Amino acid sequence: MPRAAKLPPSRPQSNVMLSRVAHSLYWMSRYIERAENIARLLEVNLQFLLDFQRYDDAHLKEHWGSILASSGDEELFAKLYSTADSRTVTEFFSFDVRNPNSILGCVFAARENARMIRDQISLEMWETINELYLYLKARSTTDLWVSGPYEFFQDVKRSSHLFQGLTNSTYSRSEGFEFIQFAKYIERANKTTRILDVKYHILLPSASDVGGALDTAQWQAVLRSASALEAYRRFYVREILPWKVAEFLIFSDSFPRSIHFCAVRIDEFLRRILGESGARPRTEAGRASRRLLADLQSLTINQVLESGLHEFLTDIQNTLDRIGDEVVETTMFYPTEASAEDQQQQQQQ
Amino acid sequence: MSLFSTTYEPGAFFDEMFVPAGSVRPHYRRLETRLSTLELQEFERRRAAVDLAFLRRGVTFTVYNDSEGTERIFPFDLVPRIVPATEWTHIEAGLIQRITALNLFVHDLYHEQKILKDKILPAQQVLTAKHFRREFMNFSVPKDIYIHICGTDLIRDHEGRYLVLEDNLRCPSGASYMIENRSAMRRAFPNLFQSYGVRPVESYSDDLLKALLHIAPPRSDKPNVVLLTPGVYNSAYFEHCFLARQMGIPIVEGRDLVVRDAQVFMRTTGGLVPVDVIYRRIDDDFLDPAVFRPDSMLGVPGLVAAYRAGRVSLANSIGTGVADDKVIYAYIPKVIKYYLDQDPILPNVNTYLASDPSDRKFILENMPRLVVKSANEAGGYGMLIGPAATEAEVADFRAKVAAQPRNFIAQDPIMLSRSPTWCDGRMEGRHIDLRPYVLYGEKVSVTPGGLTRVALRKGSLVVNSSQGGGSKDTWVLQGDD
Repeated sequence: MPRAAKLPPSRPQSNVMLSRVAHSLYWMSRYIERAENIARLLEVNLQFLLDFQRYDDAHLKEHWGSILASSGDEELFAKLYSTADSRTVTEFFSFDVRNPNSILGCVFAARENARMIRDQISLEMWETINELYLYLKARSTTDLWVSGPYEFFQDVKRSSHLFQGLTNSTYSRSEGFEFIQFAKYIERANKTTRILDVKYHILLPSASDVGGALDTAQWQAVLRSASALEAYRRFYVREILPWKVAEFLIFSDSFPRSIHFCAVRIDEFLRRILGESGARPRTEAGRASRRLLADLQSLTINQVLESGLHEFLTDIQNTLDRIGDEVVETTMFYPTEASAEDQQQQQQQ
Repeated sequence: MSLFSTTYEPGAFFDEMFVPAGSVRPHYRRLETRLSTLELQEFERRRAAVDLAFLRRGVTFTVYNDSEGTERIFPFDLVPRIVPATEWTHIEAGLIQRITALNLFVHDLYHEQKILKDKILPAQQVLTAKHFRREFMNFSVPKDIYIHICGTDLIRDHEGRYLVLEDNLRCPSGASYMIENRSAMRRAFPNLFQSYGVRPVESYSDDLLKALLHIAPPRSDKPNVVLLTPGVYNSAYFEHCFLARQMGIPIVEGRDLVVRDAQVFMRTTGGLVPVDVIYRRIDDDFLDPAVFRPDSMLGVPGLVAAYRAGRVSLANSIGTGVADDKVIYAYIPKVIKYYLDQDPILPNVNTYLASDPSDRKFILENMPRLVVKSANEAGGYGMLIGPAATEAEVADFRAKVAAQPRNFIAQDPIMLSRSPTWCDGRMEGRHIDLRPYVLYGEKVSVTPGGLTRVALRKGSLVVNSSQGGGSKDTWVLQGDD
């Protein structure tokens, strides 16, 4: 038997968190946040199309195409569906379990993770996820079309909000809490970059469109996709201008879905999780997070637009992925595949 | 009395609630009064609310061989099984006597084997039992306790006598349902409990934790206890989570543990943390691929070495399965007599051993009238109920018994007692059993209650959840009515 590595002094049991549990908390939290963002994005865009019913098929296709492109699931969609219209895209993002990023797919994954760590989360948190799952299982796209999708998306968002509220009010402030929050802000920042990027894909407007009714409506839709319309208005007290929208969603200090706001929280929770106490981070994830934060705190919107908004957003997505992966790796120490199902099933008396 | 009206038939069985003439037994009277004031609709409403609550809380078990991984709730019946204090005193004494003798028996089998030398039991039968672990001969377990958690299945015959049907000494399950069923009943009938004097079952998890701490190695004054689960696909996974949460201990899978220098550690985000006691819910065979099944992916290599070194304690101990073998079961009355010099308080069901030539002849000739069981199966599998079997099934079992007599026993069929049960909109009698939970820590304790399982299919005697069984809350009363 190999000599034991020097072991850390044992901690009291209540402070101990299994790596596997941390991993599951991380993914549970990300998937719930993801489901909420998808619901909002779909809701806003379906609503938007109602306001612009004069859209012809080509425009419609382009509109949904840009949303698919920004989601990163364009290829999968093309494999599964022949046309992109309101119905197919809604199906793809709501109930299609072949799409792991559909609302049902996300909630299923969140629930599977929650199920693996049920002893670790509060009963209320588990019930919220489980109820949302049962609710989704009982519905289909056809139901949505019959009853109107508004209420459906509202229910999904409300469940996510309830989950977050319950996390705040029923879950101990512990390492697990830090993982949940870290994961939530990673996912949220990622989704905000994608929401902004939708406009890049639709946009590149011809000069005459800028400031027109359609353009304003589209930028409004972007803000609403991030629940930011009212916050924007209150902050700027002026009309909706594209670069102001971008500035707000990227740099806002105070709006909880802006990339900057999320990056501050990511850095804070990451430092706690990795025990980064010094001014100079010791880990690669810590350094990447600090660089991201520095960009978000020093650049101006003009600099971003000059060097290219799309590239800027893509860079941020890559950085976020890297930070997330590294934190998971650093706290893992071992492969995470589960053991054979049939062996698990045998142990019973 | 709207729910029982005139349609309920106690039948020719021992009915828990009614005496044959049709009047209500004293300890059920208040329940009957309460139920008779309920409108049918109201009863249905509460039943639906309880089912929904189970589903929402995820009090489910996983159905195997189902590609969608369906989770079902364990069907729950709102009519409780009520046990008056006098009956319970008898059951409790019988269970304590039994687990005490079984524990001495297992200890003896792994040490001097006096009982075999004295020819009380045939050595050959014991030493060939599937779960006998010769690797643990002369190994001393902490505090000499082998069976920390025991779930004994009791049934009542046509006269209402309590009999032991089997002992579950390895990883008995169901205690979480005992507690969840109680909380469901409290929600459905909040007022009934106040007046009835029902003894609480919620102390189970505290007692379990105490029993686990009792066997901790003396390493530290604050031992780390964990529950080792096979994983999320195990049908009892809900229970594992439930008990871990109730006790406030981590639930771990094999891959979360690692052994270094004969010490078990769990892998945490802060590094390795030592583990002192493992409440394991996986079988001996899978515990340690370095010692038992090499293909086990659930276990921890080196765990047995750590156990042998006394650095970690296991509950239950390795090798207890030898004593819940169905062949050994037939000898338990003798075991009790041998170690305690007492007659068993709770008798066995009359059992024939296929390995005994004259018994075998009897079994083969009378199979359609007997219940035949394979010695090592659980969950209601590997069993023939003669009176209900087809000729082909009987012939199949006859061949099996003749080929492997050591693996089979037969018992007189017992007409299990029945309890009123809500079936498709009316009360009907259904057969039930009872699994109380016994904990062996500093002392032996029996949680006042248990899991009453009910065979929901009309006429069926098989209560296992995998075979269409449901459950009821079990009320042990402070008094006799």
